[in-house]
Amino acid sequence: MHLASFIARRLLQLIPTLVFILIMVFALVRLLPGDPASAMLGDRALDADVVRINKVLGLDQPIVVQFVVFAKSVATGALGNSITLKVPVAELIATRLPITIVLTLMAAMIAVLLAVPLAFVAATRRGRMADSAVRGAFQVGLSMPVFYLGLILLTVFGAQLRWFPVGGYGDGFLDHLHHLFLPALTLALSLSAVLMRNLRAAIIEVIDAEYVQFARAKGLRPAIILLRHVLRNALISTVALFGLSIGTLLSGAVITETVFAIPGAGRLMIDSIYARDYPVVQGLTIALAVLVSLTFLLTDLVQAWLDPRVAR
Amino acid sequence: MTAPSPSDTLLEVRHLTASFGRARLTAVNDVSFSVQSGEVLGLVGESGSGKSVTLRSVMGLVAASGAVTGQVIWQGRDLLQMPEPELRKVRGGQISMIFQEPMTALNPVLPVHVQIEENLRAHTDLDRRGRATRARELMDMVGIADAARRLRDYPHQFSGGMRQRVMIAIALASNPRLLLADEPTTALDVTIQDQILKLILDLRDQLAMSVVLVTHDLGVVAATCDRMAVMYAGRIVETGTVAQVFEAPAHAYTRGLLGSVPHAGTERSMLLSIDGTPPPLGALPDGCAFHPRCEFATPPCQLQRPDLAALSPGRSSACLNRDAVIAAGSPI
Amino acid sequence: MKGAATRARTAPPRTLVVGGGILLASVIVGLFPTLFAPYDPNVFDYTALLQAPSLAHPMGTDNFGRDVLSRVIHAYTVDMQIAIFATVVPFIAGTIIGALVGYAGGWAEALFGRVVDAVITFPFLVLVIAIVSVLGPGLVNMYIAVGIVGWVFYARIIATEIKVQKRLDYAAAGRAMGYTHLRIIFRHLLPNAITPAIVYWMTDMALAILLGSSLGYLGLGAQPPTAEWGVQIADGKNFMATAWWISVFPGLAIVLTGLGFSLTGDGLAEVLRTKR
Repeated sequence: MHLASFIARRLLQLIPTLVFILIMVFALVRLLPGDPASAMLGDRALDADVVRINKVLGLDQPIVVQFVVFAKSVATGALGNSITLKVPVAELIATRLPITIVLTLMAAMIAVLLAVPLAFVAATRRGRMADSAVRGAFQVGLSMPVFYLGLILLTVFGAQLRWFPVGGYGDGFLDHLHHLFLPALTLALSLSAVLMRNLRAAIIEVIDAEYVQFARAKGLRPAIILLRHVLRNALISTVALFGLSIGTLLSGAVITETVFAIPGAGRLMIDSIYARDYPVVQGLTIALAVLVSLTFLLTDLVQAWLDPRVAR
Repeated sequence: MTAPSPSDTLLEVRHLTASFGRARLTAVNDVSFSVQSGEVLGLVGESGSGKSVTLRSVMGLVAASGAVTGQVIWQGRDLLQMPEPELRKVRGGQISMIFQEPMTALNPVLPVHVQIEENLRAHTDLDRRGRATRARELMDMVGIADAARRLRDYPHQFSGGMRQRVMIAIALASNPRLLLADEPTTALDVTIQDQILKLILDLRDQLAMSVVLVTHDLGVVAATCDRMAVMYAGRIVETGTVAQVFEAPAHAYTRGLLGSVPHAGTERSMLLSIDGTPPPLGALPDGCAFHPRCEFATPPCQLQRPDLAALSPGRSSACLNRDAVIAAGSPI
Repeated sequence: MKGAATRARTAPPRTLVVGGGILLASVIVGLFPTLFAPYDPNVFDYTALLQAPSLAHPMGTDNFGRDVLSRVIHAYTVDMQIAIFATVVPFIAGTIIGALVGYAGGWAEALFGRVVDAVITFPFLVLVIAIVSVLGPGLVNMYIAVGIVGWVFYARIIATEIKVQKRLDYAAAGRAMGYTHLRIIFRHLLPNAITPAIVYWMTDMALAILLGSSLGYLGLGAQPPTAEWGVQIADGKNFMATAWWISVFPGLAIVLTGLGFSLTGDGLAEVLRTKR
């Protein structure tokens, strides 16, 4: 079966990338000046104490040994303990990463809900007022920094109108969604701008295509032509773009989590980098890299489903 | 559905005019013709003569910026005045169209059976099994081997000639009475061309269908058409049966076209070529649009645009010097 | 690239005109802020704290009595600098590396592909923050950080273009004439390959301002009391309810300037596309 072998192939391709990331993570973190011992103990640490901590953390072993230990522990999921927070890294990731994932998923959904209809409006009324208005609005959206937009939304809808809470994460599933809505909206706006621009161009190209003319010549209803012929073909390139935008989405998540004080993985990453908390930085980087790679795989699969020419 | 009129005219186009864009360029200018039931009408001309636009105007498939006037009478109703939902029933169900380039006319991401069955869904009452059976029948009818398996394939998995057959299968799915074919063989190899043309003729017999075949290739016309109409710069300049026109063309342009076709197996004679190129639509010459390139041109040709005048029933020409042209005989 | 003289000259696209106009104004303000700013951006005025916009202070004052308008104007200098310095090094480095890799092909390209995958996979901001936190906060370190990771985007564009150009006839002609590879790459192929990179550069400058102001907001970029839009927004974030003008106006400046760059980029792309 085409699809099964395609998936298998892509999963195999994932492995060298992940290994490479492991090596990069390991090397980069080791290269950071300022060792964790001093970071933990402060400037006035005694040499003896530093040596002792290094031994505890296994930092006195030769580098190759360290890598092997590292690789083994990653494979088993034992990512060590956070130096600053004193809890297992895996646990930290397990609590914080899902929040970020929910945030980005919400943002993605909102972005799609915004981008698709607006792209249609702009494409079908190309050159007219509606088109210029939509494109202009999105140009502005693209130029707006995430933290600025977040701040404004927070002030207007959170502090002033009180429709949404001012930050934090809340309790219980619905409350979580309520808290995450404004940050997700913030993230969604710039993503939807990028998606809309691409989708609009794709729709314009498809609408002029001969097979749409042929579909009309068959006397099909406009709705069918729209959904089955136009949209499906136009989405192909946009799905690819969506996958590529994941990095940007996660960067935005970092800022959004800061502005809205959300206990997600983005903020954890920043705080850990500051504190030289190697185990957390390592673990989180790997987790994020795996996440992103899986997202790529997912978008590839969707593309293959939409376009049979891809999965050869 | 009403029975065909006593004179067996299936489609009648009267004074069809189509213009586009802000400059109001007229691609089709006062075109009138009729299609009898069971006949193959050839619409001939160079590219830019307006023949493709004519077909699309009949179906109402012109771009939004186009303004179409005139009448297109099908089964007693004017298609140009028909509201869109009813026109959709005609399209694909009673009148079907096939295009020149099958690779771009078929949706690359949908399997072939979907593209056939959506036609059936729109125009017939067949249930799912009925549609699947009919799809198989259609593939057999157009000569695609191993029909059941091929139905699941995608357009890119067929060769050029096969794709054209698939397009024909889709177009004929709901048994239309009229097939509009826009240069169906131009993009194909010569050997495949013959096969496709033969297929169209066979289907015409099997299904009691009429065909309007748009082409620039007189060889195709000779092989398949019963009657023909020649177009130049958006107007029809000559009509008649293929035999009549080939034997004694009555318009200088037609004569030029006939003379420029090489023929194997006849005695060698000079190939005529028509100097110059067709005029751009925005800058048509005064009088007869062909006169700058015409070897029969006389001073009146620059002043007055000739009307399409009848020479005999079903035979007409828009040439002031038609007698001279007829006298000059056929170049083939 | 000069168009044929016989072709009628059409007016440049509106995006280019508007974008170019905004950019020109931004550059002028950035070069001569003192000409435009009514006050010194760093002077505290305790008699005029948190004033709403008025004739005396068109954009109001902040919690130190500093005139917001003057600070926004002086920030033009900083932020336009960011746009240029944060992009020029990646542009040059990326172009050179990309040209070499794209021409070489083979294992160099395969390795390059892996590096590109890894960098693009990772959120760019996080990478930059990681490097800045190591080097210490500040604009120069930010430029270094962006330089270390940002070249990849240009390299990718150039490598693809060079690959295409390499297959064209004039490249083979160059080889047939015995030109060295380096000469072929940089004197012949690169001038034809560089246009997409230039278009991307425009977008990148807009992104650089967003990045720079984000870092300024987080305290990792320009340091207070420097007038930089991100820093200003951070200054005002606790006063949104009472003195919204402190944060809102600098943000508008970011949007306007960003628009300037992206419109210019779009317009440029259109012009270059029709000329190809």
